[in-house]
Amino acid sequence: MEDKEIKELEKAVEQIWEVARGFGLDPYPTNFEIVPATVMYEVGSYALPGRYSHWTFGKTYHRMKTMYDFGLSKIYEVVINTNPAYGFLLETNSPIQNKMVIAHVLGHVDFFKNNTYFSKTNRRMVESVSTHTHRIMEYEFKHGRKNVERFLDAVLSIEEHIDPYFFIKREVPLAEERRRAELRPKEGRYDDLWRLEKAEQEAKAPPVDDEKPREQLPEKDLLVYVMKHSPSLASWQRDVIAMVHEEMEYFVPQMQTKIMNEGWASIWHARIMRELDLSDNEHIEFANLHSGVVSPQKGQLNPYYLGYKIYEDIERRWNEPSKEEREKFGRVGNEGRDKIFEVRELDNDVSFLRNYLTEELCEELDLFVFELVEEEDWTITEKRWERVRDQLVSNMTNFGFPYLQVEDGDYNGNRELYIKHCYEGTELDMRYARKALEHVHTLWGRPVHLETIIDEESTVLHYNGDEHGED
Amino acid sequence: MSIQRNDWSLQRKGIIDQERHKDRVKEAIRKNLGSIVSNEAIILSDGKRTVKVPIRALDEYKFRFNYQKGKHVGQGDGKTRVGDVIGHESRPGSGQGSGQAGQDAGADYYEAEVNIDELAALIFEDLQLPYLQEKAKKAVQSRKTQFNEIRRTGVIANLDKRRMILENIRRNAREGKARFGDIKKEDLRFKTWEEVMRYESNAVVIAMIDVSGSMGEFKKYIARSFYFWMVRFLRTKYDNVDIVFISHHTEAKEVTEEQFFTQGESGGTVVSSAYQLALDVIKQRYRPSDWNIYPFHFSDGDNYYSDNEEAVRLADELIATCNLFGYGEIGEEGSSSYRRSSGALLSIFSDRLQNKDRFVGVRIDDKEDVYPALKQFFGRRGVETPA
Repeated sequence: MEDKEIKELEKAVEQIWEVARGFGLDPYPTNFEIVPATVMYEVGSYALPGRYSHWTFGKTYHRMKTMYDFGLSKIYEVVINTNPAYGFLLETNSPIQNKMVIAHVLGHVDFFKNNTYFSKTNRRMVESVSTHTHRIMEYEFKHGRKNVERFLDAVLSIEEHIDPYFFIKREVPLAEERRRAELRPKEGRYDDLWRLEKAEQEAKAPPVDDEKPREQLPEKDLLVYVMKHSPSLASWQRDVIAMVHEEMEYFVPQMQTKIMNEGWASIWHARIMRELDLSDNEHIEFANLHSGVVSPQKGQLNPYYLGYKIYEDIERRWNEPSKEEREKFGRVGNEGRDKIFEVRELDNDVSFLRNYLTEELCEELDLFVFELVEEEDWTITEKRWERVRDQLVSNMTNFGFPYLQVEDGDYNGNRELYIKHCYEGTELDMRYARKALEHVHTLWGRPVHLETIIDEESTVLHYNGDEHGED
Repeated sequence: MSIQRNDWSLQRKGIIDQERHKDRVKEAIRKNLGSIVSNEAIILSDGKRTVKVPIRALDEYKFRFNYQKGKHVGQGDGKTRVGDVIGHESRPGSGQGSGQAGQDAGADYYEAEVNIDELAALIFEDLQLPYLQEKAKKAVQSRKTQFNEIRRTGVIANLDKRRMILENIRRNAREGKARFGDIKKEDLRFKTWEEVMRYESNAVVIAMIDVSGSMGEFKKYIARSFYFWMVRFLRTKYDNVDIVFISHHTEAKEVTEEQFFTQGESGGTVVSSAYQLALDVIKQRYRPSDWNIYPFHFSDGDNYYSDNEEAVRLADELIATCNLFGYGEIGEEGSSSYRRSSGALLSIFSDRLQNKDRFVGVRIDDKEDVYPALKQFFGRRGVETPA
């Protein structure tokens, strides 16, 4: 890209920013960076720049990069939720592509800043992951790359099982925490110099929490529970769990608001672009791009499209309420803009769909429920809109993962771990569950159990480190 | 608000972690050699350097829902109705999702790109060549010159300047001068060479296969995958590896490689005919004093009863001339039971052969048995004898 083009892009950014503010968007200041494809796909596959090394990221990177090299898929944009925010632009983007991406990114950043599910998000996450990376590198150096990698394999197998509302719990024991800090012997500034030997002894650290492991059960946050109460972990391993937990705290709100966030960014890139002075050719190029982003994909759900349509529908219904809506809900009309801004502040995907996916939209979008019939044909089995909506909501619950919770950390009176899958109608993938249970055993170090339902019967899987059992 | 463009040319993180992933792939391959060794993509690779093989061990295991048993929401083009079929599952339980509705969850396998040479190195790691003997012809074409000595006299073109300077400095130092210069004859050093005669080792594989009516596609495939690795392995140990292909039913004849692996099947089985032909070929073309000889025979073991005695006699004769005689008896696909009818050749051989030291008999019922069979043929037996 030539300097002249960069100058023009800088001008475009200023202009797009002004238009966005004019619409009422309120994003963090955003730095845009023009990068080659290798870097774009790197940031895309690690989801944050500078994250720790692990083979799974390498696998994703390789796949994404190969798809790009063969022209099968292309990422135009990556956005990082920090303050200031970062937007990455692919260096091969055309000027119009870049303008659209900039507008789209500002939509995302506005959402990040104002949606309530992000209110506890660490906005300096890039710095945090960079310290994590250094710590993990240190552990690799000390304990061997293989050992750290194997341990991360185990931690990542349950990374989604955190409690997204951890902060509610966290606020309560804070007073307790302060009281304990008071009781601790005060250390002089140089006391740690004499503690070298003790540091060695700490290698197999006892569980960090002196509370009885049963006190806060059941516990949805598997990572926290294992970190606090596992009988077998060394202190570096507990630290690794804490780091993965912190990174998941950052990602979970994004997982909870995928449809809303993409829909929001799409609706605003469209409106902002309409305000810019585009030539006829540019208009056509933009129209092409835009329809590529928000087009329905047959058989699947495009979150961009679904979110886009729902916001448009909300705005219309609050701008021009029907007679019934006026009488029943007291809507006065012309409140569309305010309403969608309120929705972007208060909802997540689950509530968004439950509250605003209407019968008319289900019909217009031609949504349906499908399932496998006789192990052979994927068949449409339901079109009644409430059923479709409820199924969609249920599939999004717990961001699409099975809801697990720790029931007992001293099962059989033998420090065994007992996890329960809160069955809600869909069975687990049993092959995966057994393998994942092996990972949990790596973390717990003693026999582990998983209660679930198979063929409508309650079943408990066991793994003791050598063999699997089931009853 | 700003636009930046930085120099990212040193950024290598993705590539470094891609290497980590490759390491994991390698490890997974090592653990799954049994199923990879007989993978069609490799055996039929036809000279390609890399092939794709499915590997299961690389999944990122998590607690997840069973996609096939779940209900999902999709979007149509406006005309869908209850009862419409929107996709097919290729085969129940096969794990491959349909293109349209299956999404990613169906794809259980990771397809790894495997370099055949690297794979061969892994497989051959624990293989040995039993009874390897220094039978060699002096081969004229492999005379080689090696520069491996330094002398004080020699051809000026071969002057070793670096050593000469060192010698000069050293001599000057002895004379109390810390400098380089004033080169004298005694400073000169020359590289000289030696002529090395290389001895080439030769091996011949006599590949014999039963093409009687009872040898079906599967059995021939097994034999083929075995020979594929055997020949590759021998090539790593010997300079020249000849292969003679013999197919037989009631009569034996020498055939080309292509005929060997593709020939149709018919007729009964007279094993001795193949052994007789093998002995003739050895006598005419591969003198045991010059050649390491490896006859291998694959059959389903259904020999004519009246031929068994002759077969054992000739097998003993073959064993006497060769390094190792291998016999593989291939069962029906999937029959994992080790049923051995008393009339089958394998049991007859193990009962009646005179010289069992250099005989290896294995039974293969399944593709996964190929790797253990290779290990049995080229195990750590007989390595203590002349090496």
